[in-house]
Amino acid sequence: MEALRTEHITRSFSGKTIIRDISIRLMDHELVSLLGVSGAGKTTLFNVISGILPPDEGGVYLHGEDVTGRPGRISYMRQKDLLLEHLKMIDNVSLPLRLGGMKKKEAREKADPLFEAFGLQGTQMLYPAELSGGMRQRAALLRTYLGSSGVALLDEPFSALDMITKGQMHGWYLDIMEKIGLSTLFITHDVDEAVMLSDRIYIMTGSPGRIRHEIVIRQPRNERSEFDLTPEFLAYKKEILQILKGTDS
Amino acid sequence: MKERSENTTRKLPALTALALIVFFWWALCESGAVPSYMLPSPADVVRAFVSDFPNLTFHAKTTLLEAFYGLLIGIALAFVIATVMDRFRTLKEALSPILVITQTIPTIAIAPLLVLWMGFGMAPKITLVVITTFFPIAVGLLDGYRSVDLDEINLMRAMGAGSGQIFRYVKFPSALPFFFSGLRISASYAVVGAVIAEWLGGFEGLGVYMTRVKKAYAFDRMFAVIILIVVISLLLMALVDLIRDLAMPWHRVKAVNQNHNS
Repeated sequence: MEALRTEHITRSFSGKTIIRDISIRLMDHELVSLLGVSGAGKTTLFNVISGILPPDEGGVYLHGEDVTGRPGRISYMRQKDLLLEHLKMIDNVSLPLRLGGMKKKEAREKADPLFEAFGLQGTQMLYPAELSGGMRQRAALLRTYLGSSGVALLDEPFSALDMITKGQMHGWYLDIMEKIGLSTLFITHDVDEAVMLSDRIYIMTGSPGRIRHEIVIRQPRNERSEFDLTPEFLAYKKEILQILKGTDS
Repeated sequence: MKERSENTTRKLPALTALALIVFFWWALCESGAVPSYMLPSPADVVRAFVSDFPNLTFHAKTTLLEAFYGLLIGIALAFVIATVMDRFRTLKEALSPILVITQTIPTIAIAPLLVLWMGFGMAPKITLVVITTFFPIAVGLLDGYRSVDLDEINLMRAMGAGSGQIFRYVKFPSALPFFFSGLRISASYAVVGAVIAEWLGGFEGLGVYMTRVKKAYAFDRMFAVIILIVVISLLLMALVDLIRDLAMPWHRVKAVNQNHNS
């Protein structure tokens, strides 16, 4: 089943087209990356998909339903966790439910059992300042999950982490995605990260930002632990770099 | 326990400086370099404070009441105006210069006018306190609203929050520390503002009492009033800190974490 689809999205700012004719698809339980250099319009596309920026043309469909320009349906997560420092963790992660009109008690009850799966057991009544960076990222992901009807948008969420932690987070993320049945659209400029995590990769080039290529990674997602040390991984990487280089000139 | 002793150590230089100043004051009076009718010695002031205590508390009650009402109205007014200014940009542009201009008017110059307009009762005193306390709080709140991370607001919008919810969950909590910094300053202004207004006429209050003892050349009692005003201002500031810690428990957690990290 299709989880998310965009159709021919175009958006300009003061006469300059930032993204043009972007059509992408994300199937249920799939992890699809949007890979592009800085300035390719990734963040603009991201804002259009999350509904806070209406497109000039085109539409966004969530499980087949038109959600173009309608915020509150697809939540996202960025490099900064953006947790609210004044709310306890349980209220931070259940915030999307509260914003949707749910009572505090009910929202807490719904969020509470998920803390364990996200490795956050026991942190419910703590403030964000009392948690480590990695825990805060996981909490931000849990919040995204609770606000997302099964689809999460991730905008370079791990780019601030060191290599080892990043690797751990990758493994953890693929695991949790499997466990809770999440579909993910992952925005990144890191080729290694895209190949390591994705089922498919859309390669985006600037200006205006367009989708130039689509690459399918055939390695099964549950066999990725040392994928980055294999010749296949390097072959994918080489192919992508060539596409990125080719469109530059 | 350890924290408390650390706290005392940190305050030691300030306490030593204060003790030194009192000592020089005392020495100056004892040596006879300054006649006692011009500058009473610290011991005289303490004696006056004790013997005059019933009078002082009677007048302090009025001043505190004026300061309290004025501060309360000042907070409410500052909150409404700052919030509306933040919400409507044109209004902000229109009012910002006026706000600054009001602060350049010396309070001592408008106090007689207020007495003229409102009489000798509490009204002119409260009004003056409102005028002096309003500004630091309003500016604090405005800065606070502006300090909000735009990414946070965008995320809230993506999660479907309306502008009321964004205010409640993001803007207001972010502005709270700024609000309390402003309130701390305003609390100390409030007492001084009330006293200044009382100088210019009235029946009760520390300012009224000050003018009376001044006319009687009872400088020891005048110093006792000044010390009481200082003590009240410091206590009010401590009270604001206490309320801040209660209102923002997350702030304390943060401060503790930073201390540990450093």
